[in-house]
Amino acid sequence: MSVTPDFIQNVEDGSCVLRFSGNLTLLRIRKLSEQLEALEATDITVDLSDVERMDTVGAWLVHKLQRDRGAKVIGANREQQLLIDHVAAADQPVKIARDAPPALVRVVTQVGEWTLNFLRTLYGMLGFFGAMLIGFGHIIRHPRRFRWNAVITRFEVVGVQALFIVGLMSFLVGIVIAQQGAVQLRQFGAEVYTINLIGRSAVKELGVLMTAIMVAGRSGSAFAAQLGSMKLNEEVDAMRTIGVSPMEALVIPRVLATVLMMPLLGFFAAMMAILGGGVFCWLSLDIPPVTFIQRIREVVPMTDLYQTLIKAPVFGMIIAMAGCYQGLQVKGNAEEVGLRTTTAVVQGIFLVIVLDAFFAVFFTEVGWL
Amino acid sequence: MSAHDNSHVIEVHGLRNSFGEQLIHDGLELEVRRGEILGVVGGSGTGKSVLMRSIIGLQTPDDGEVLVFGEPMVGRDEEEAKHVRRRWGVLFQGGALFSTLTVAENVQVPIKEFYPGIDQELLDEIAAYKIAMSGLPVDAGGKYPSELSGGMRKRAGIARALALDPELLFLDEPTAGLDPIGAADFDQLILELRDALGLTVFLITHDLDTLYAICDRIAVLADKKVVAVGTIPELLALDHQWIQEYFKGPRGRAAAAHREAEPTEGATA
Repeated sequence: MSVTPDFIQNVEDGSCVLRFSGNLTLLRIRKLSEQLEALEATDITVDLSDVERMDTVGAWLVHKLQRDRGAKVIGANREQQLLIDHVAAADQPVKIARDAPPALVRVVTQVGEWTLNFLRTLYGMLGFFGAMLIGFGHIIRHPRRFRWNAVITRFEVVGVQALFIVGLMSFLVGIVIAQQGAVQLRQFGAEVYTINLIGRSAVKELGVLMTAIMVAGRSGSAFAAQLGSMKLNEEVDAMRTIGVSPMEALVIPRVLATVLMMPLLGFFAAMMAILGGGVFCWLSLDIPPVTFIQRIREVVPMTDLYQTLIKAPVFGMIIAMAGCYQGLQVKGNAEEVGLRTTTAVVQGIFLVIVLDAFFAVFFTEVGWL
Repeated sequence: MSAHDNSHVIEVHGLRNSFGEQLIHDGLELEVRRGEILGVVGGSGTGKSVLMRSIIGLQTPDDGEVLVFGEPMVGRDEEEAKHVRRRWGVLFQGGALFSTLTVAENVQVPIKEFYPGIDQELLDEIAAYKIAMSGLPVDAGGKYPSELSGGMRKRAGIARALALDPELLFLDEPTAGLDPIGAADFDQLILELRDALGLTVFLITHDLDTLYAICDRIAVLADKKVVAVGTIPELLALDHQWIQEYFKGPRGRAAAAHREAEPTEGATA
C-alpha cells in the first residue's frame, strides 16, 4: 500500500487532471503544497478516487484548488466530500495576528507607555504605602485580630533561613575588602589602616547594603511570586469576599517580618564582614586578633552602628513593599508572575541604593561622619 | 497498521493506580471502539482523570497494560511513543492553552513540533480553518488565552487538540463551567467533528445532557474499576446502586425527560 500522496498530471490542451493517490494528509503536505503552487495549468480537475486517507489538511488543499483555481473535484467518496464541505465552511477570514502599527508609532507608544507605567507605579506604591499604614492602624486598634503566627513564620523564612547565605557572603566580602585595601594602603606604609577600612565600611555601609540586596533577591522575589500566584488563583479575591483583608493577612506580616529581620541580619552581616577581614589580617598581615578587635573598637564610632540600625528597617520595608505591591499587581497569566517578580527585585534594589545615597548625605550633614 | 484487532482504539487491561496508600484503580478493564464517543462517568475521586492520564502516558500505572492503536503505552519513553502521540489530541479541563502564545500560535505548536518545515503561510491557513472549525469568532486567532472567556478557551483547546488531525480525541470535562447554551453548542461541535473527521472520542463528563446527547456508550467508574459499559438503556437495566442513583436522580430524570420531549437533534449523523 502506498502512503505517498502523489498526483499524476494529464495535460490535454490546457486542461489538467490531478489524480491524487495514497494518503492525502498532513504528513506529506509540505512537498505537495509546493508542487501545487508551481502548477500553472488553469483548467484543473481533481480526481480523488485513488486517495486512501484524507485529513482536513488534505481537504484544505483540495478546497484551495477549488477556490483559487476553480478546480473541479471528482471521485470523492461521501466522507471526503463531507470533509471538504466542512473545511470549506470553516474558510473564513480568521485573523491570525494582531495588526502591527508602524515602527515610529510603536516606539513613541512604547516610550509613552513606559513613562505612564513609571508614574503609575510611583503613584501606586505611594497609595500602597498609605493603605499599609491604614492597615497598621487597624491592627493597633485590634491587636488580637492580628496574625502573629504569620509573622513568626516569615521571621524564620526571611531571617533565620537567610543567616547562612548572608553570613557567608559578608565573610567573603570582608576578606575581599581587607585584601584590596591592604594592597593599596601598603603603598603608603599604612597597612594598619586596613582595619579602619574594614570596620567602618562593614558597619556603616556594606553589611546592611549587601544584606538588603540578598533579602531583595531571596524574599522580595518570593513575596512577589507568592502573592502573584495567589492573585492568579483568585485566592486574594476569595479572601476579600470572606472578609479577610489581604493587606492584613498577606502584606503586613511580610513587611513587618522583613522590617524586624533586616536590622538583625544587617548587624550579623557587618559582624561577619569584620570577622572575614580579621581572619585575613591575622593570616596575611600578621595582625593578631586581639589587636584587631582593639583597633576596631577604637576606630568604629557608635554612630556607624546607629546608621546601620536606622537604615536597615527602612530598606526592609522598601523591599517587602516592592515585592508585595508587584505581586498584587499580577493579572492575566503565569508569565506576568515572572515579570512582576523581576520588577520587584529590580525596584527593591534600586530604591534601596537611591535611599542609601540620601542617607549618606543626611548623616554627613547631621555630623555622623 | 499493526496487526491487532482494528476495532478497538484503546484497550486497558488490569490497570492499577495508587497514590501512596490510596488505591485508585485496581484491575480496571476498558475498551474503546473505533469511531465511537465513549462517555466516562464516575463520582468525584473515582479516578476518571487519572484513567485518562494513564492512557495518554502522563501517569505511569503501578501495574497493567494500556494499548492505544494496538501499541503498548506503559513504560514507553516520550521519543518512542511520539508516533502514537501525534495520532491523538487532548483537551484538558481548563483548556491548558499556552498562556504566552496567541490562539493561532497555540494551534500551530503541535504542527510545528511534529512536521517542521511547513511554511508559515500554510501554517496560518491551517490555524485559520481549525479556529473557524472549532466555532471561535474570526478575530480570536490573534488573542491571548487570558483575553478569552472560559467557553472560548475550551474551543481554542479543541482547535489545538485537532491541530494534527487526530484519530482519537480525549476530552476532560469539556462542558464543565459552560452555560447551558454553550454546553449544547459544544456537544454539537463534538458530534459534528466526530462525523466529519471520523474521530474516536474519549469523553470524561459529569454532564448528563452531554451523555444523552452525544455518547454512543458510557463507561461507569466505581469501586476502583469500570463496573459497566454500555448505552444508557443498557446501564439503566443494571442493578447497581450508583448507576441507578446517577441516572434516576432528579437531574438524571430531567435530562432524560428533555431527551424524550425533543427527540435527539444530536442523532442526525
